[in-house]
Amino acid sequence: MSQPEILNQAFELGYTYTRSTGPVVGRFLTGLKNRKLVGIKASDGRVIVPPMEYDPDTAEELSEFVDVGEQGEIVTFAWVKEPREAHPMNEPFAWAMIKLDGADVPMIHCVAAKSESDVTTGARVRAVWADETIGFMTDIRCFELV
Amino acid sequence: MSEEEQEMITKVEAPVYLKYNFTAGSAPTRFLAQIKKGVLAGQRCPKCLAVYIPTRGSCGRCGVPTVEEVELSDKATVQSFTIVSIPIPNNPIEPPFIIANVVPDGANVSFIHLMSECVNEEVHIGQRVQAVWKPEDEWGYSMDNIRYFKPLDEPDVPIELIGKLTVTGEEG
Ligand SMILES: [Zn+2]
Repeated sequence: MSQPEILNQAFELGYTYTRSTGPVVGRFLTGLKNRKLVGIKASDGRVIVPPMEYDPDTAEELSEFVDVGEQGEIVTFAWVKEPREAHPMNEPFAWAMIKLDGADVPMIHCVAAKSESDVTTGARVRAVWADETIGFMTDIRCFELV
Repeated sequence: MSEEEQEMITKVEAPVYLKYNFTAGSAPTRFLAQIKKGVLAGQRCPKCLAVYIPTRGSCGRCGVPTVEEVELSDKATVQSFTIVSIPIPNNPIEPPFIIANVVPDGANVSFIHLMSECVNEEVHIGQRVQAVWKPEDEWGYSMDNIRYFKPLDEPDVPIELIGKLTVTGEEG
């Protein structure tokens, strides 16, 4: 019997999850919807953004919310030469750990820049808000160099 | 409006999509080429003689390739089943419906498919069923060429004989 052609087909498996945020992450996302960034104060006084629900050292429940700035500084970064479909930007960009003004712990987000050489550790960046905010991380479209 | 007056975010949509490019491989390709012609084709292990469908090209028990193709009946026996009562997102079938593992006559393993034209509460293990095919001009490389399995007016198969019938539906 002759071997038939090899068959090939695109296939997508999808899980349509809806996740409950809880009060702490919910507060952070509500802040984003209002174009504000909010962190939380840990037992040692550090301000953590995005806010954590429990203290990283004592495991106590945290509740002291602190407003932080929409500008900050790049602590470390990785340049993405060829963005993939799931990435937040179509053009080359940087994933960066950004320490926002008033925060003590950096937060990961994407930084738009023309070229890799424009991005440096210590560079100042500012949040670029989406045209329409919905209460999701993508309400910050990206950060841009100041 | 103050922040407190605004509606708090309590939920986020967090879907996960896994995109594959599925290549059938040689044994499943043979199976799919046959089902395109309306034929359920299994493969027989040269060592233990077990007949597998859909074919994977080897016998899991003996670890040897399966090459010999065996044409199976589209009559089958219910090996197990479940009544689905909860809707599945993006699934067009409205519950309640029945998913069954059926063993076609001549095979020793079952595959999963839908059952219909039946009273859900009367479906049972050992029940005889037969494939209801789509019109021939709609056949493709797909198990969906069979719409579903419907009950046959035949005596039940005793549990110890499920998966052991010959292609003509007799005790093997
Ligand atoms: Zn075998």
